Amino acid sequence: MDKLLRRIVLAGIRTEPAPIPDPSLRTGTPTLSEDILRLLGRALAIRHVDAGSCNGCELEIHALNNPYYNLEGLGIKFVASPRHADLLLVTGPVSRNMEEALRRTYDAMPEPKLVVAVGDCGCTGGIFGESYATRGRVSNVIPVDVAVPGCPPEPAALMQAILTAVTNGRRSSAASR
Amino acid sequence: MSFILERSNVDEAGWRRAAESALQAGGRLAALWGTDETGSFAAHALLVVHDQLLWITLPADERYPDLSHAFPAAGRMQRAVADLLGLRAGDDARGWLRHGAWSADSMPLRKEHPVDAKLPEGDPRYAFVRVDGEGVHEIPVGPVHAGIIEPGHFRFSVVGERVLRLEERLGYTHKGIEKRFESLSLEEGARLAGRVSGDSTVAYAWAYAMALEAAAGARPPARALWLRALLLERERIANHLGDLGALGNDGGLAFGLAQFSRLKEDLLRTNRRLFGHRYLMDRVVPGGVATDIDKQAIDAILVEADRLEEELGALRAIYYDHPGLQDRCINCGRLTGPLAAQLGVVGLAARASGHALDARVFPGLPPYDELQPRLCAHRNGDVAARIVVRFEEAFESLELQRRIVRQLPAGACLAPFAQPAEGRFGLGWVEGWRGEVWVVLEAGENGRVRRCHPHDPSWQNWPALEYAVLGNIVPDFPLINKSFNLSYSGADL
Repeated sequence: MDKLLRRIVLAGIRTEPAPIPDPSLRTGTPTLSEDILRLLGRALAIRHVDAGSCNGCELEIHALNNPYYNLEGLGIKFVASPRHADLLLVTGPVSRNMEEALRRTYDAMPEPKLVVAVGDCGCTGGIFGESYATRGRVSNVIPVDVAVPGCPPEPAALMQAILTAVTNGRRSSAASR
Repeated sequence: MSFILERSNVDEAGWRRAAESALQAGGRLAALWGTDETGSFAAHALLVVHDQLLWITLPADERYPDLSHAFPAAGRMQRAVADLLGLRAGDDARGWLRHGAWSADSMPLRKEHPVDAKLPEGDPRYAFVRVDGEGVHEIPVGPVHAGIIEPGHFRFSVVGERVLRLEERLGYTHKGIEKRFESLSLEEGARLAGRVSGDSTVAYAWAYAMALEAAAGARPPARALWLRALLLERERIANHLGDLGALGNDGGLAFGLAQFSRLKEDLLRTNRRLFGHRYLMDRVVPGGVATDIDKQAIDAILVEADRLEEELGALRAIYYDHPGLQDRCINCGRLTGPLAAQLGVVGLAARASGHALDARVFPGLPPYDELQPRLCAHRNGDVAARIVVRFEEAFESLELQRRIVRQLPAGACLAPFAQPAEGRFGLGWVEGWRGEVWVVLEAGENGRVRRCHPHDPSWQNWPALEYAVLGNIVPDFPLINKSFNLSYSGADL
């Protein structure tokens, strides 16, 4: 036990400041009103769905919870069920084999809900494009509020996209911990 | 490619004979795939017998002999060939990659269909094997899981909490990768290969480059090969760090996740600084590597290796001393040595069940023939053994990194070469962190890809998970699953 505590003390606190929201990541006009967003605040519950990714984006989504990015420290956490979620984080070109599961997950979320499409594949279909096996970009299947490019997008960019979705791009409430 | 490959065309009897004699000689099935030869079709199998590689090709119209009696892992590979090309073997007619997006008689990988073909939809229903008896019930899980993880379906048949049977249904992330390859140039294919399974991007990019270079008869400069090994070992360390953290977490020691994810992030940031990408995507390119390193970078890698070794040692002591974690991991999800051999398990999982399988110690794969890596193995085949192998391999990779940067040959790290002529083929074989990755590549006209089959170690190891979980309780499944950490995307293609 003393060895364990020693490691914790030695490592110290590594958490870095959160990025500032970027309204240019929006795909259209905000779907949620200011009032609702103020109510949601930053206490946000995220459900992740891999709709056919190469698993690269998942690595970076995992990184959001490491001590450097500490997403949970902002009041934002990943939940196990879409029924508990405010925001759906979708990776991958949507494979035909995941299309129905993605729709059902989206439908299972309570209103109001937000969707962030992750990575080049989520934004455009990426290198996999549209084919007999894929539907391409996420917005071909469900409505998307914010899209964050990158292969994969780095954790800071992912965080920025999530904060953008939940603040309508307002700077003040998002950046401070 | 400097290993010896023997390629031969066989008839049905020869196909069976080759598999049986490989089995008797202690060999294994590395990969099985099909090709459309425009007007005719062929089934291909790659067998590894000791230090020999055997590639057999069987012309086939509709049916060809089933190899799953000799090599159980062949079953799903054969079903995938049936879904994509319509060549059938064995009696399991259920779709594997085909869920309903296309009908059973569409066969999307046939040359007659363009990549963006609109195929008629099929029947999405799937007949799971039912377990009957008093008190037996089913737990269906997925394709959308509770965590941040790829999609797949697990059907548990349980009595109380004990697992009587697990049946996996995968294919959810099928993206038509093999078809997509055929719309790309040989050069562009490298980028797609690096995205077959993102967590193994270096292994795939290297295997693809190796295959293309072999097809073209080109030899990358020595420095490039050594740098590729450096990148591959860094990929191994990063994934092992991530898994060790996640395994601690699933075993109830959240401390482990916080510590290991910090160490992994440090490593990824060094990757970003020295090579320009956190996961080293597109750093291995045909002809060499895209980024060279200088004296400063070498110093940074050496300093990082020393620091990481110290931290890893301290965390290993904590893991091995932690009664709660050890209690969860010892004898949990056990895959015995004989069973692993029978199922043809490869990579890290095979080594944790006592098998000396590692492409890096296979003769003739530079630069590992000079580096002489230490093969890390364990006998128990349980979750604890797979943790031990990860620790040992991470230490060994840190040591390999040191040797690589100290002995790095001088010269260029990239040498352009002429594209291979139509019909030339090549094979790539790389021991990624999870296991061996294969790429079979055939050049088409004008520098296009005619056929590319990437093969993930998960094809062999997914069926083994179904056995490893038997008799365990359902709440231990996440831990057992994580200890294998198999790729969905890599095997769904």
